[in-house]
Amino acid sequence: MSNAVSALQGASFDGYCKVEEAGLTGMITLRGELASAGVAKAVKAVTGAAMPGQGQITEGAKGRAGWMSPDELLLIVDHADAPAVVQAASTSLAGEHALVVNVSDARAVFRVKGAACREVIAKLAPADTSVMQPGMLRRTRIAQIPAAFYLEDDETAVLVCFRSVAQYAFDLLKDAAKPGGEVFG
Amino acid sequence: MSTRLAQGGRLIDRSKPKNFTFNGKRMKGYEGDTLAAALLGENQMLVGRSFKYHRPRGIVASGAEEPNALVNMGQGGRFEPNQRVTTTELFDGLTCTSQNHWPSLEFDVGVVNNYAARFLPAGFYYKTFMAPAAAWKHVFEPIVRQSAGLGKVPTEADVDRYEHFYYHTDVVVIGGGVAGLAAALAAGRSGAKVLVMEQTHHWGGRAPVDGGEIDGQSVEDWIAATLAELEGMENVTLRTRMMGSGVYDHGYVLGYERVADHTPGDGRPRHRLWRIRTKQIVTATGAIERPLSFAGNDIPGVMLASAVRDYVVNWGVSIGDRTVVVTNNDDAYRTALALKEAGLEVPVILDARDEATGPLAEAARDAGIRVEPGRAIAKVNGGKRVTGVSICLQAGEGAALEEIPCDAVAMSGGWSPVVHLWSHCGGKLIWDEAQAHFRPDPDRAPTGHDGEAFVVTAGAASGAMSLADTLENAYEAGKTAAKAAGGKAVRKAGPKAEAEEAQPMAPVWIMPQGAGPQKRMKMWLDYQNDVKVSDVQLAAREGYESVEHTKRYTTLGMATDQGKLSNINGLAVLSDALGQPIPATGTTTFRPPYTPISFGAIAGEARHEIFQPIRRTPMHQWHEEAGAYMEPVGHWRRPYCYAKPGETNEQAVHREVLNTRERLGLLDASTLGKLIVKGPDAGKFMDMMYTNMMSTLAVGKCRYGLMCTENGFLSDDGVVARIDEDTWLCHTTSGGADRIHAWMEEWLQTEWWDWKVYVANVTEQFAQVAVVGPNARKLLEKLGGMNVSKETLPFMQWADGKIGDFDARVYRISFSGELSYEIAVPASQGRAFWDTLLEAGEELGVMPYGTECLHIMRAEKGFIMIGDETDGTVIPQDLGLNWAISKKKEDFLGKRAQLRSHMTDPARWKLVGLETLDGSVLPDGAYAVGEGDNVHGQRNMIGRVTSTYYSPTLKKGIAMGLIKHGPDRMGEVVDFPTVDGSNTVIKARICDPVFYDKDGEKQNV
Repeated sequence: MSNAVSALQGASFDGYCKVEEAGLTGMITLRGELASAGVAKAVKAVTGAAMPGQGQITEGAKGRAGWMSPDELLLIVDHADAPAVVQAASTSLAGEHALVVNVSDARAVFRVKGAACREVIAKLAPADTSVMQPGMLRRTRIAQIPAAFYLEDDETAVLVCFRSVAQYAFDLLKDAAKPGGEVFG
Repeated sequence: MSTRLAQGGRLIDRSKPKNFTFNGKRMKGYEGDTLAAALLGENQMLVGRSFKYHRPRGIVASGAEEPNALVNMGQGGRFEPNQRVTTTELFDGLTCTSQNHWPSLEFDVGVVNNYAARFLPAGFYYKTFMAPAAAWKHVFEPIVRQSAGLGKVPTEADVDRYEHFYYHTDVVVIGGGVAGLAAALAAGRSGAKVLVMEQTHHWGGRAPVDGGEIDGQSVEDWIAATLAELEGMENVTLRTRMMGSGVYDHGYVLGYERVADHTPGDGRPRHRLWRIRTKQIVTATGAIERPLSFAGNDIPGVMLASAVRDYVVNWGVSIGDRTVVVTNNDDAYRTALALKEAGLEVPVILDARDEATGPLAEAARDAGIRVEPGRAIAKVNGGKRVTGVSICLQAGEGAALEEIPCDAVAMSGGWSPVVHLWSHCGGKLIWDEAQAHFRPDPDRAPTGHDGEAFVVTAGAASGAMSLADTLENAYEAGKTAAKAAGGKAVRKAGPKAEAEEAQPMAPVWIMPQGAGPQKRMKMWLDYQNDVKVSDVQLAAREGYESVEHTKRYTTLGMATDQGKLSNINGLAVLSDALGQPIPATGTTTFRPPYTPISFGAIAGEARHEIFQPIRRTPMHQWHEEAGAYMEPVGHWRRPYCYAKPGETNEQAVHREVLNTRERLGLLDASTLGKLIVKGPDAGKFMDMMYTNMMSTLAVGKCRYGLMCTENGFLSDDGVVARIDEDTWLCHTTSGGADRIHAWMEEWLQTEWWDWKVYVANVTEQFAQVAVVGPNARKLLEKLGGMNVSKETLPFMQWADGKIGDFDARVYRISFSGELSYEIAVPASQGRAFWDTLLEAGEELGVMPYGTECLHIMRAEKGFIMIGDETDGTVIPQDLGLNWAISKKKEDFLGKRAQLRSHMTDPARWKLVGLETLDGSVLPDGAYAVGEGDNVHGQRNMIGRVTSTYYSPTLKKGIAMGLIKHGPDRMGEVVDFPTVDGSNTVIKARICDPVFYDKDGEKQNV
């Protein structure tokens, strides 16, 4: 729908890393038996991605699949496709105990761009950002709110949090990326 | 007097002068100075007054152990009290003032405490508590308050910024002296990831001052070469101005980085707190020199011997022209030699040992310095500055043999390893007789989850007192830590120094050893808190045996320096007084932080707009732009009401109620919790979570439900909708969504882990709007889309469809008693949906309403509110909600508890409505009183008000309350005494809590 807007409508900040709200993103919570062939098949069908292992995020032609807990995945797809993906995955998993639910609008997504993107996140999240490579995902927190993040490439971190705290998350990232705050270099 | 020498000072750059002020007086120092060095260079030895007696206090040390020299630093938004001048780097424009005196540093009225010292003995505070209560209030408390406190309290908000930094590594080396560098070298060579932190801005610690050779190079050259090697290692990170503040369980270390203390206002964060996870920790924290306890050892000009040496060598500052050295060990001779080399006088070295035979003593004699073994200081002469010393026999009682004029005294009572960080997490100590100090016991290290040691000490922190021993011990420590952290074995040899010969030190706790009471009353242990040898001895006589009790009774070691100088001397005196060996007395507990760290660093980024997360609904911005008065609900901010220009909040609330009842209101209900519960066992699970029967709810229908804790108390409520055969949607209260989600997960993960149920919190996926009032249906019909008629979508049902262009799920539920639809749309379209409703509703009289209107309307209907009618002690039965408690179910959370005798007691206070006889509004929380008094002589209570409002609909005050036997007392009048001082009693009649539309006809149209 044309009047759908993300929480901060693409707000951005140029610090020693660039922080920008990524706009609407399709996100689906899938809970189920991750070892089952049915879940793997459903994930493959809707995203093209293989099943991620613990702490991983995989990428396919139509989306990504991130490991969130021993029985939970995060599927990332186009925002407009999310309702249909939920439908398709639910149908595909009708024979087993699973929950597929659209959480696209419950989320805000940010990109932190720059050589120091790991460092900026390390000011807020207790996860070890230094070992993070594209293909890895961490479900953690930033300051006082839950958040997850992964790397799209070596200089682009994608961070996901709840929509209601989008402004807080943006302000945190801005503060962390403020010039003068460089830890190394 | 102290002065800047014409030459020398390895750390300063004389081409870069820095201007600063002390008590308004303009002074000059150099780049590389500490504030202490700069003050001394300007002959400012007197820097403050002691806490209790207001005695003049000078600089004693040159590092973190300094007890005296604390100042008020900066101005305005950068003002901070109790800043240690020995660890403050000088910068241009620095301003500071001395503390704890009135009216001036030079002339302090408080010094009368000094003469009244015999009335302020050990345990003074405790003894005042024994006096009559009135004495405390009128005599002691004013005195204590007047004299307490060192620095001033800041009056402006801090203008600087702070941050945290999470860091993960294999090995942390704390301390960048030669030991730390040697340990880092070993760990770095193993390939492990190593972080080395040094609290000052320069590497190498005090070894360059003490001299010697490492691997045939001067100490300074070796440090430079080692730094170059470490900087070349990709796996090693070196940080200066960063103190190891604390060691915690599981290899957690706090590093306190003072990023911009020396460059205020340059835009960088002032402090950065490193929150470090590491596999292994090497503490290369060095050692601290101990003072000697002789009469007058607190007079400005008496300093640690090592500090006197540091000021000369590091900063080219002389403490005095004539310095008497007094010692019980060889190391202090280095000070005498350094002073001599700088062209200064050392009239005598008083060595408390019977003889002075070591190579350093010989070197001193060769340099023409008079060395007097077996001698001691009987007393120091002077007031605000040393003018001379009286010499006596150490073995005697202090009869003066000779007076020696001097303007400085350099004392050394031996060295104590800095064991703080080792001890923070449980590392144990052993008493080393030869060195007369406690040192870490390597066999009893702090251990991690696997029972293995995760801290190892290096160099002087291990008790290694010579350069050769330090290097060997530290390199081994680095290897040990690296190996334990998974590094490769290191074959390359470590740095070496020549072994030195030294004469053993001799423990000296009182000087002279036979000193009488008069002298012991002038022997300071704790300079900041004014604790003397006589105080500790008094405490022992009064029965204090435990070192922890003595510490608190005398305040020894309780000042901001945490007893870094006084600790060992104090417990040695205590041991002597108790007639037991020192290890039997033991030490007090070492706790983080090593030295005080700023509150700013602890708070990190959590200030101003990011102090706390504020949750915003998709319509939040509209509310703010509409001028809504917002109130916190959990972390949400919700509109309380939307006052129009010229309207009070109260008037706005009344308008919103009437408009909603008569026409059309809109409520942003997005904050309501929404949890999806799905699975083959979901029905069984829902029946356990709720007191009602939820498994039988038909698909498409809604039911109001209650959730209780396992103790039976009402915890949350909300409307449940059955979505499909194995899916339910649970609405929770706004503040309860996360809590109830966690509650469900806890039962599923810990108790019913084999049940096939998944829960997801979709609260924020939806914007939810309550469309309420007689015109509600007209508005939805005007927008078009799904059929919302009474027949198609009756009360307490839900349906998916379209409202206008919006995908919507519409619930026919009502918390107001009016015709009401709660409509959920995707959050991304929430604002557009809200705008559409407002625009289309204009001709129908639409107005948004806030939480207070919601509260009044629900109270008019007698609906309870979690947090008003409940407070954690209320069960559903108290609220007349028995109809919502299934009698058919075998079990649900709280069922068993609600059968307990106290829960079924007919005398429990129960919910009723309350109408004042005069129509006024009862005060919130007011108590109803019964006949007679209780055992405490207080009036008997029979109930209280839980919700109370002025009802604009009924034009009178209405209330709900819990009253003993309430439902059986309909029509009776009860008394509510006021507490506003008017001594009046409000009379209210007990009535049905449903004040409005008892039969529910309005919501069911």
